[in-house]
Amino acid sequence: MKILVGVKRVVDFNVRIQVKADGSGVATEGVKMSMNPFDEIAVEEALRLKEAGKAEEVIAITIGPKASQEQLRTALAMGADRAIHVETDEDVQPLTAARILKAITDKEEPKIVMLGKQAIDDDNNQTAQMLAALANWPQATFASKIDVDGDSANVTREIDAGLETLSIDLPAVISTDLRLNEPRYVKLPDIMKAKRKPIETFTIAELGIEPAAAVKVLKTSAPAARQAGIKVASVDELVAALKEKGLI
Amino acid sequence: MAKVLIIAEHDGKKLNGSTARVMTCAQGLSAESVEIAVFAAEGAAVAEQAAAISGVTKVLLIENPANEHATAAILAPQIEALASEYSHVLAPSTTFGKDLTPRIAAHLAVPQISDIMRVESPRIFDRPIYAGNAVITVEAPEGIVVGTVRTASFSEAEKTGSATIEKREINVELPSHTRFVKLETSGSADRPDLQAAAKVVSGGRGVGSTENFKVIYDLADKLGAAVGASRAAVDAGFIPNDHQVGQTGKIIAPELYMSFGISGAIQHLAGIKDAGTIVAINKDPDAPIFEIADFGLVGDLFEIIPELEKALA
Ligand SMILES: Cc1cc2nc3c(=O)[nH]c(=O)nc-3n(C[C@H](O)[C@H](O)[C@H](O)COP(=O)(O)OP(=O)(O)OC[C@H]3O[C@@H](n4cnc5c(N)ncnc54)[C@H](O)[C@@H]3O)c2cc1C
Ligand SMILES: Nc1ncnc2c1ncn2[C@@H]1O[C@H](COP(=O)(O)O)[C@@H](O)[C@H]1O
Repeated sequence: MKILVGVKRVVDFNVRIQVKADGSGVATEGVKMSMNPFDEIAVEEALRLKEAGKAEEVIAITIGPKASQEQLRTALAMGADRAIHVETDEDVQPLTAARILKAITDKEEPKIVMLGKQAIDDDNNQTAQMLAALANWPQATFASKIDVDGDSANVTREIDAGLETLSIDLPAVISTDLRLNEPRYVKLPDIMKAKRKPIETFTIAELGIEPAAAVKVLKTSAPAARQAGIKVASVDELVAALKEKGLI
Repeated sequence: MAKVLIIAEHDGKKLNGSTARVMTCAQGLSAESVEIAVFAAEGAAVAEQAAAISGVTKVLLIENPANEHATAAILAPQIEALASEYSHVLAPSTTFGKDLTPRIAAHLAVPQISDIMRVESPRIFDRPIYAGNAVITVEAPEGIVVGTVRTASFSEAEKTGSATIEKREINVELPSHTRFVKLETSGSADRPDLQAAAKVVSGGRGVGSTENFKVIYDLADKLGAAVGASRAAVDAGFIPNDHQVGQTGKIIAPELYMSFGISGAIQHLAGIKDAGTIVAINKDPDAPIFEIADFGLVGDLFEIIPELEKALA
């Protein structure tokens, strides 16, 4: 079986982003970009399924500008077999991303589409569920353990109440949580090898997709800052301060 | 005028406090009606709790053995069957709502607004991006507005209502491709719920071990507080995952948040920005958590906690 893995190019999680003064967005020029951390986990999980003999091919897909190919190369260096780049300079929101992924899914017929639970730029947490809806497939979001057994899988999900296990028929969409695995480091020879692996490119028009109605961003602002507090010198001082506020 | 449908979150017996928070958000929509849908196997008790939330016009109770567990693939088609009667479909931005609502939005061919933190108008909302380091004001396009509500941004609505409860049957085909197997909870049911607690005591990697976490639990019990944790503490296996606070864990807004041995990574801070008072105890004077703490105390948590307990006794 094939596994299709979503790979989004996002601002690296270590970067402290800055809101532009004119409210037009977040400054991304010259900022370090990386693969969305949840997608790295998705790639890793797909590779582990392949290494365990449960999958034959791992295909990485990104939707984004030309530069997103860097993230595809990372996925290929990690071990993905080939990659698909749906090239666009537009801002692609989850419903459109899901429609694009649906079109590729129809073409490639993977048994599992493995996506991150959320992209850490827009924190939407929607694309996997939307793709599952469009395909009328099962979804198992926020996965922390995946056991594939023939035509079904048991997936443990991290939910507010604890750990929930679902049994789902394949094909299905699974979204990854942080504790699913620890992604491998790529080694230099793998990076060299990845350069020879194929990347197929499409435009959105070529896929025959209608972009979905979009949410319009009216402005971007900095969040309300918390007042800087004080350092207290002792437990007594802390307790007195909390008592004064009526907190203890 | 807006007609709002709220999807209740519950465990079959108890309505989750998140539902009353979504109600407060819905009050900002100048709605003509706000209805709450309870999907359950047997949901009379939950429906009654929902009917008591002030401002609710009507509670819809949809009972079906298939609704015993909140499984998105099973709930979504039923909600879609109802949706055309409403202008807004809202659920809390908890793992329950996050899992469910995008599935509905996709079938309705509308985008979703995730983590609504402020209502500017019935179609214009503020929501956080980049772990809360920026806020965008967004406008929903034409069609039904499907959204999740960031529970830490809204308080629970009062419970002085007595809305009517109407049983509904929804006859749509439900898929059999998704089956509930089990739910493992961490068994801290006798402690306050992290997302609803007025006080939270939280431990990080600095706590060092599962055994050491006992000091965090003991202090929490003394204060009547819930217990939280950083991702590093959860990853190290000190404490189960449902205690994680932050961008990818729970977003909370207690009156008092006390952190011990947590450095204050932006992903952790994303979960506590709405806390009333933040207290940080860390042995590193340069730990970033001190930049946002109202009261910081530099020192070893294993020395400070016993002193605190003495002072509180
Ligand atoms: C995509 C993504 C999402 C993430 N989501 C989350 C999230 O939701 N929540 C979250 O918490 N993290 C999250 N993280 C992880 C986050 O980046 C940090 O790694 C994590 O919060 C660090 O946890 P910590 O503060 O406990 O550990 P550390 O950063 O290791 O800090 C431990 C602190 O303990 C102090 N300390 C040690 N011993 C003592 C002592 N005896 N007394 C007092 N102080 C002591 C040290 O000085 C240090 O400051 C996420 C990361 C990524 C990439
Ligand atoms: N532009 C994109 N390219 C590739 N994958 C994407 C893209 N957008 C979203 N995804 C996938 O969907 C997941 C969830 O994204 P989101 O719904 O935007 O939070 C991501 O972790 C990716 O796996």
